[in-house]
Amino acid sequence: MKELHYDVLIIGAGAGGLAAAVEVSKHDTSCALVERESHLGGILVQCIHNGFGLEEFKEELTGPEFADRQVQQVLASNVDVYTDTTVTQLDADGDLKEAYCFSPAYGVLKITAHAVILAMGCRERNRGNIRTPGTRPAGVYTAGLAQRLVNIEGYIPGKDVVIVGSGDIGLIMARRMTWVGAKVHAVIEIQPYPSGLTRNIVQCLNDFDIPLYLSHVVSRIEGKDRIEKVRVCPLANGIPDEDNSFDIPCDTLLLSVGLVPENELSKEAGVQINPQTNGALVDATMMTSVDGVFSCGNVLHVHDLADWVAEEARRTGRYAVAYLRDERPKRQIRIKAGANVRYINPTMLDPDNPDKLYFRSLIVKNQAKLHLKLDHNPVKEVKISHVQPSEMLHVKVKPKDVASWNIMKDSVLEVSVE
Amino acid sequence: MSRQEPIQEMICISCPLGCHLSLYKNDKDELSVTGNKCARGIVYAEEEFYAPKRIVTCTCRAESRILPRLPVRTNASLPKEHINDLIKAAYAMTVKPPVACGQVLIEDFKGTGVNLIASMSLGDGH
Ligand SMILES: Cc1cc2nc3c(=O)[nH]c(=O)nc-3n(C[C@H](O)[C@H](O)[C@H](O)COP(=O)(O)OP(=O)(O)OC[C@H]3O[C@@H](n4cnc5c(N)ncnc54)[C@H](O)[C@@H]3O)c2cc1C
Ligand code: SF4
Repeated sequence: MKELHYDVLIIGAGAGGLAAAVEVSKHDTSCALVERESHLGGILVQCIHNGFGLEEFKEELTGPEFADRQVQQVLASNVDVYTDTTVTQLDADGDLKEAYCFSPAYGVLKITAHAVILAMGCRERNRGNIRTPGTRPAGVYTAGLAQRLVNIEGYIPGKDVVIVGSGDIGLIMARRMTWVGAKVHAVIEIQPYPSGLTRNIVQCLNDFDIPLYLSHVVSRIEGKDRIEKVRVCPLANGIPDEDNSFDIPCDTLLLSVGLVPENELSKEAGVQINPQTNGALVDATMMTSVDGVFSCGNVLHVHDLADWVAEEARRTGRYAVAYLRDERPKRQIRIKAGANVRYINPTMLDPDNPDKLYFRSLIVKNQAKLHLKLDHNPVKEVKISHVQPSEMLHVKVKPKDVASWNIMKDSVLEVSVE
Repeated sequence: MSRQEPIQEMICISCPLGCHLSLYKNDKDELSVTGNKCARGIVYAEEEFYAPKRIVTCTCRAESRILPRLPVRTNASLPKEHINDLIKAAYAMTVKPPVACGQVLIEDFKGTGVNLIASMSLGDGH
């Protein structure tokens, strides 16, 4: 078995892993970047639509263009890249972490490192996760898989399409399927409001007169070998109103019903998971419950923007390097999700080095206010023009904010939205 | 004077707020906009009313072992009426590597001044 040693090992080379690698390499630190696919860039490569890069590169790019720029930076650095290589096991208890990898080129490969950054991204929820009754015919795909088939493999999954879920991936695929000549008959959303960005509703549905059924569910899938139709049922006060249900004939059903961080490897390594995010619980330095193991990007919590993944990953890379130098926070206080906040990441704050916090609201509201309270005392208030659950928000805690705080050892910072 | 009916309603897509805009015309045929929370909403409404345009992203066939489709896009927004024709032209085309990201594949499509460019590089070795 081939054995290699690095200061830092990064698992996954999407927007997160690539940004972390560039940052780590800037600090005179050796770094291995391991990716199971043959290409770098992760999910970005199949997202051929524009809407990426406004913050990272100050221009609007497509996913492959965003990835291309990141890859150029990695190739110009001293990072060693291993593609077609899957990490199958991570032993992270000791000071020296051991990752067992498999690749057709090397067979089994063991990489040891003092710090590991988890950047494995997420996977899609499928039909099993949403439990739709009916037959199990062919023609049911997750939206991201369909996106990969159309954009990378050049294969068109069907001609008459219904989409379940109004998240951005579903919306983008509604336009994409229309542009490859299919007819998209409807998008069905269980919530009373769309879960994707308004601009995607306009550009991807309204532009093509595709109806969006809010507060509706697909209550049955029918078809012998191939899907033939779906039953669509309105919700009245949250209860399916079968009397008013109707059928839509289709040969393809795309499911865009959410993403889940891919944490099997992390769990086996003993990393504690946050039930609110399905990602790791991390401290102020993005370090998980396992010493020297860090996490960022969609494997930590599902992001809407690749730009934010890159920003978070850069910070994580910096913290991993600091860890190698034994530069750890002197104190940390706990951050708690308060009223109308689903979760907040990270879950700790270093008062001597406060940083950005990402969070999601539980409510839809214009002219909202974000409140920070330290041990129940208001310490900061920020106006936010619009909040909704599907849009990730952030707040930057500044050193000058913290200067006036009366911080105790067991202080708690509570974040709420009103 | 009774408030006149809007000639068109639309949602501004210039930022995530998504303001609901109403467009009015006066006797001099001048456009006015309400519902916008900022000036960009007016620019959006005027463009969307007189000449709606979109960035188009799709793929074309690539003569490549590992990547059968090359992602492509317009370098600027294309008037909506030309979108279907541009997509047809892209699908009818086959590109040979090497292709550089940003390389022009179709120049000045139908006199619109808009180019179709590659949005990924494809090296010789592919
Ligand atoms: C369909 C879709 C549309 C989107 N649209 C937009 C948009 O318009 N604008 C925008 O800014 N953002 C958009 N996003 C969000 C953004 O693209 C993602 O949040 C971001 O790219 C995720 O980066 P990541 O590095 O966390 O994960 P990924 O890109 O998923 O990368 C993870 C990588 O890890 C690898 N990996 C996993 N496990 C292992 C293992 N055990 N060993 C080795 N490698 C492994 C995977 O192969 C993958 O390459 C979209 C996302 C999706 C899914
Ligand atoms: S009008 Fe201004 S604030 Fe409103 S959606 Fe457009 S850009 Fe945003």
